[in-house]
Amino acid sequence: MKQNLVALVSGLLFGLGLSISQMIDRDRVLGFLDITGNWDATLLFVLGGAVGVTIVAFRFILRLSHPIWGDKFYLPTKKEIDRPLIIGAVIFGIGWGIAGYCPGPGLTALVIGGVNPIIFFLALVLGSFLYDLYHLTNVEKEIKH
Amino acid sequence: MVEVNWLTALSGGMLIGLSATILLAFDGRIAGISGIINGAIREGRKESWRWFFIIGMLTGGLFYKYFLLPETTVSFSFNPWSMVVGGLLVGFGTKMGNGCTSGHGVCGLGRLSSRSLIAVIIFMTTAIVTVWFTRHLLEL
Repeated sequence: MKQNLVALVSGLLFGLGLSISQMIDRDRVLGFLDITGNWDATLLFVLGGAVGVTIVAFRFILRLSHPIWGDKFYLPTKKEIDRPLIIGAVIFGIGWGIAGYCPGPGLTALVIGGVNPIIFFLALVLGSFLYDLYHLTNVEKEIKH
Repeated sequence: MVEVNWLTALSGGMLIGLSATILLAFDGRIAGISGIINGAIREGRKESWRWFFIIGMLTGGLFYKYFLLPETTVSFSFNPWSMVVGGLLVGFGTKMGNGCTSGHGVCGLGRLSSRSLIAVIIFMTTAIVTVWFTRHLLEL
């Protein structure tokens, strides 16, 4: 229960942050990515502000033996730079450049209005299941060999 | 060129950082949105915190819309094909690469993860190249 309350508050701040910073406006995001055109660098401050906070705060948090209201930290365990990481990042980058939305802003923009976010979000969910399908068939192929 | 509202961009970014800090400090969870969406849909009620986070995000957007939006503008253009193609690629790529701008960017860089640093460099570069390609080469 306490954990869910934290998630609710944290999600609220996240959605508010994405909205205030204008990440929910795809035209702005595309203008930020358009460095060879009429570049709008403002959104650099979004990632800068966010990472500025986490890079300091996480150092202290991760020194704790466990989270304040939890039994352990759920951190990614993979360390190696593998093919799925690189190819996945390339595919994501292309999609971001086409849509102007990444997952967070796409989700929050659902309540701002317009049809774009709805189509984007449904396609995103479908895309993630297509990866599951692709991954499953690849694993089966490997087992057969 | 930096537009005048860099201060709102910075404060919005810091709110996102604060959100990720609270979630990690209290729940021990990473605020990676692609992972939260994927986990919420696949694991359902088993780990309900993800749904609470999503409800929170939507509430944050609604709060902005009804209390803060009049001061700014958000365009409501309609680009169905960009949404379908872009959405499919974003969903596929973030599932494959285990993260997006928040998981690898905000949280991964905060943890000084080398995997995340590589991912951020790659997806920022490909996104920039994609926009260059579509806007200046294809002139879409």
